[in-house]
Amino acid sequence: MVVARTELLPIRGEPEVVMVRQIVRAWCVDLKFSLVDQTKMVTAASELARNTLIHGGGGTVDLQVVEEGDRRGLRLVFEDKGPGIPDIPLAMKDGYTTGSGMGLGLGGSKRLVHDFEISSEPGQGTRVSIIRWK
Amino acid sequence: MERIPILRMGNFLLVTIQVDMHDRLAMTLQEDLTKKIAETGARGVMIDISALEMVDSFIGRMMSHISSMARILDAKTVVVGMQPAVAITLVELGLSLKGVQTALTVEKGVRYLEQAVTTGGGRRTNGRRPH
Repeated sequence: MVVARTELLPIRGEPEVVMVRQIVRAWCVDLKFSLVDQTKMVTAASELARNTLIHGGGGTVDLQVVEEGDRRGLRLVFEDKGPGIPDIPLAMKDGYTTGSGMGLGLGGSKRLVHDFEISSEPGQGTRVSIIRWK
Repeated sequence: MERIPILRMGNFLLVTIQVDMHDRLAMTLQEDLTKKIAETGARGVMIDISALEMVDSFIGRMMSHISSMARILDAKTVVVGMQPAVAITLVELGLSLKGVQTALTVEKGVRYLEQAVTTGGGRRTNGRRPH
């Protein structure tokens, strides 16, 4: 997989969650995603950016235009140095929440994208990588 | 502080969300609306989200909360104008907005509120509403 373009954005506060949504939207438009695909990717980005902020205590998102064969897509890699997730399968379950949300963030965003990878070490932080192909 | 305006139209309150809301703004709207319902004795609340290009679980939860709080304050809520792409995404995200009444257009939303208030009328005769 080739990374054609990349940009690293900080997620330190709520205004930056909104900014991530807007920049992800702009990249989706550049990639000529359909309106539904744009909306799915922006919504997934919003959920994960909020997780990074609230559960990870802030972090970054790396936006990448990726190419594989003749397909192009958008990859978002969210990273934080927060407390980590002790039980990932449990955290992925709908309705499971430790915060004030609805517990749809992780499981829900997985359903909105094509590829979803998560890794986390207690005490080390969490990394979530998603791709939506055009 | 940044706020989403709440307009009063007779018995109803009207909110049009035209900005990409951050979480605090959504929380403020929730508080402002409940306060305004109590102050004005409004019987219905219409939230126009036709300008919203995205509804995530936080905003969805805010709409559910507003509906529940309004109901407890004896007002009906209707969310109008959701874009199709937003609806598709919400369902896939796993949010069915249970308990939130929706309508496609502002007109239909007004009709719903008028009907809901008429059929649910008569409960307001306990002197809580002086007018």
